[in-house]
Amino acid sequence: MALAILLARAQFAFTVGFHIVLPAFSIGLASYLAVLEALFLATGRAVYLDVFNYWLRIFAVVFAMGVVSGLVMSYEFGTNWSVFAEKAGPVIGPLMGYEVLTAFFLEAGFLGVMLFGMKRVGPGLHFTATCIVALGTLISAFWILSVNSWMQTPAGFTISPHGRFLPADWWAIVFNPSFPYRLVHMVLASYLSVACAVGAVGAFHLRRDRQSQAARVMFSMAMWMAAIVAPLQVIAGDQQGLNTLRYQPAKVAAMEGDFRTVAGTSLKLFGLPDMRAGRTEAAIAIPHLGALILTHEWNGTVRGLDSFPRRIWPPAPWVFWSFRIMVALGFAMVGLGWWSLWERARGRLFASVWLSRAAVAMGPAGFLAVLAGWTTTEVGRQPFTVYGLLLTSQSASPIGTPGVAVSFAAIAAVYLIVFGVGIRYILRQMRRPPDIGERGPEAGVPVRSAGLTPAAALGVPLLGAPPLGVPPVAGE
Amino acid sequence: MAWWLPVIWAGLIAVAVLAYVLLDGFDLGVGILFAVEHDAEDRDVMVNTIAPVWDGNETWLVLGGGGLFAVFPMAYAIVMPAFYPAVIAMLLALVFRGVAFEFRFRAARPSSRAWWDRAFLGGSAIAAFCQGTILGGLLQGVKVAGGQYAGGWFDWLSPFTLLCGVAVVAGYALLGATWLIWRTEGVLQASARRRAHGLGIAVLALIVAVSLWTPLLNPVFARRWFGFPGILLTSPVPVLVALAAWGFWRGLARRSDVLPFLCVVAWFVLSYAGLGISVWPMMVPPSVTIWQAAAPVSSQLFLLVGAVVLVPVILAYTGFAYWVFRGKVKAGAHYH
Ligand code: HDD
Ligand code: HEM
Ligand code: HEM
Repeated sequence: MALAILLARAQFAFTVGFHIVLPAFSIGLASYLAVLEALFLATGRAVYLDVFNYWLRIFAVVFAMGVVSGLVMSYEFGTNWSVFAEKAGPVIGPLMGYEVLTAFFLEAGFLGVMLFGMKRVGPGLHFTATCIVALGTLISAFWILSVNSWMQTPAGFTISPHGRFLPADWWAIVFNPSFPYRLVHMVLASYLSVACAVGAVGAFHLRRDRQSQAARVMFSMAMWMAAIVAPLQVIAGDQQGLNTLRYQPAKVAAMEGDFRTVAGTSLKLFGLPDMRAGRTEAAIAIPHLGALILTHEWNGTVRGLDSFPRRIWPPAPWVFWSFRIMVALGFAMVGLGWWSLWERARGRLFASVWLSRAAVAMGPAGFLAVLAGWTTTEVGRQPFTVYGLLLTSQSASPIGTPGVAVSFAAIAAVYLIVFGVGIRYILRQMRRPPDIGERGPEAGVPVRSAGLTPAAALGVPLLGAPPLGVPPVAGE
Repeated sequence: MAWWLPVIWAGLIAVAVLAYVLLDGFDLGVGILFAVEHDAEDRDVMVNTIAPVWDGNETWLVLGGGGLFAVFPMAYAIVMPAFYPAVIAMLLALVFRGVAFEFRFRAARPSSRAWWDRAFLGGSAIAAFCQGTILGGLLQGVKVAGGQYAGGWFDWLSPFTLLCGVAVVAGYALLGATWLIWRTEGVLQASARRRAHGLGIAVLALIVAVSLWTPLLNPVFARRWFGFPGILLTSPVPVLVALAAWGFWRGLARRSDVLPFLCVVAWFVLSYAGLGISVWPMMVPPSVTIWQAAAPVSSQLFLLVGAVVLVPVILAYTGFAYWVFRGKVKAGAHYH
């Protein structure tokens, strides 16, 4: 059974790892599209429309992949974690029910109008649809993060004699102690991920054509975002860390690689946590800094793993390293954002070759940080599914190893094919320069089909000239 | 209260599943009809009839699963492991189907486009087949011990469930064909009409076969259908099915646009009601009732408040979305 559980965990991590990148992308992109459309409607500058259309095509692919990977998630609780579902369902099930009722239907209902409906509903209603889709993605994040946070810091429940969680106070359940922090941190993460992606695409096309208006708009907007939001994210992350210290101290000990409880804890920049020896080898540490960050006192004491029973230690190396990757990427984003401010002040924002190279390199940074952050959170919760109360080993379905193994293999094969192709299509779209493409269908596509298919017709501006009276000419 | 709430919820979830079956049914049906419609331009029109609405249609499946998880967690925890291979296969099939909408238009080469067309067809057909077998497996009964699934991997696989799988594939294809009659014109519409004719005969035969077989599975079903007072409720069902069949062929013969679709919807609703009569009040036949499977009152109430307020709103804006994209989808003319 131990192997079956390990496989079920790996399967869940694999599927949710694919899924989370897509909502992070669509939460950020939906808001970005709403801003672009608002700017276009307010200023009438065609370049905003070009950028809007350019990213709308990517959004369509990302969204479709997000929906299908999410559908798998919603049934996986039952297929692989049926005991967990049975015990925790009364508490978290209704929250996910609300997610469907308040968010998924909203997004799905207006997505069609957003993607295909411009000619039919006119600019005002179309803009409303875009805003509603963006709002839907945020509502969705609200509920699912409430669910996840409840699993981290459960509150507002009682436990029945059969070991079921019974809801006692819905307000306390939804707004459980770690939820506000996680919501802020995740939404900022989505915005930063999209800022990195948009900035990279803008920089990539700037390097070919410094005069491209669309590339300039993308790059400039993305760099503002990085400069402002990345520091906010560091603050939000710090606050979340303090919250975790309060409610899940063993997780923080693993994040910091602290096996021993000492006064004036150091901050380890590097190290190899060794669970068996109960030590972090080869540590490069700054004395007292850990205590300063976590307790705001020079000689403060942070509990190490030695103050918890060994059987509830989370796998420290995973937590330690994923946390460092996230934090390093976070500081790299701050660096990029502030560097861009400096170049902007010197009037060299679009001219600096090294800045645009760095922005291209940072393209995937947001998504990587999201994956690393979630690994810290989820692996750090181990060995529990509901922290401190329900063990992972007691959550799984009565499905034997062969079943989980076969389904995992099938899921892995399908995901790698489908999402691999999807990522290729997205990258291909990103390689296309924005200006030329936004004026008409792609070269080589038969003109006939441009009128027939949603995607081919997405090649022409959705918000076409006729309803708005603005010629769809890119650039100035 | 504790008695009524699960009844209300069972009704709501039943409606959500029915909404899913009807709405995604015609989407999947259009995908299944890719098996017989090969012309590239026709296929584009077919996809365009459903592209703006399929996501909303599939959301009813998320609501069905999510509702079960929230309100009948025990049933959810039994059914998913019981149908493990079928559920996983269905989900993966829906992955292919869902991305194919976008991918087939983005493929650079005709060969990769043909590949995504096959994925669209295969995904639709497999998803439909799995849904049929899961339905059949539920009717046939699930082995439960101590509140958990207690059977083997493939208990759900039997001649009866295979028949149900075929019936659902044929039923969805028929829904898809009549949807195309409604929403397209010209050659494609004529072709859909021809297909609907043959599929109609097949589906009616399959409905009769499944209906005759079901009472043999479980003496309770037989008593429900043929004993008193059940028969008062059940006897109109076959009559109404026959009436809808009359309307269906009349609609085809008179070249009506919507009548065939509405009559097929009536077949689905009636068959579904027939299932309900057989199964009530079981959540997981033959042993788990809706009251045993229900979550605590507080969970049911909390979500019910939201459902009562939000479901009408959802229906309103879903209706709006359909209305925006109303009318015939023409080759050459389009949505944008
Ligand atoms: C662009 C993405 C991104 C960036 C730059 C950062 N994070 Fe983060 N972090 C996430 C994206 C993320 C996340 C993926 O969104 C997580 C996973 C779960 C969650 O709520 O947020 C997360 C979790 C997470 C946790 C785990 C909390 C828990 O498990 O209870 C902590 C302590 C931090 N973050 C702290 C930081 C700090 C101090 C950062 C700055 C240097 C930082 N994060 C940058
Ligand atoms: C969205 C980003 C998420 C990521 C990347 C993620 C990642 C992971 C990982 C890596 C594991 C395996 C942990 C281990 O090593 O054992 C895991 C397990 C799990 N996660 Fe998450 N998770 C995410 C969100 C969620 C959410 C939102 C929920 C609940 C609503 C959730 C519920 C679970 C459950 C039930 C398990 C299985 C039991 C366990 O091993 O803890 N996860 N997840
Ligand atoms: C932090 C974690 C998560 C966030 C922020 C999140 C957010 C989202 C968002 C915004 C969407 C809309 C589709 C898209 O934008 O691509 C979505 C889709 C979906 N998610 Fe997640 N999700 C998370 C984790 C999960 C988990 C763990 C589950 C499993 C229960 C899940 C179930 C779903 C489902 C079923 C869909 C499809 C909805 C539809 O049909 O429109 N999500 N998610």
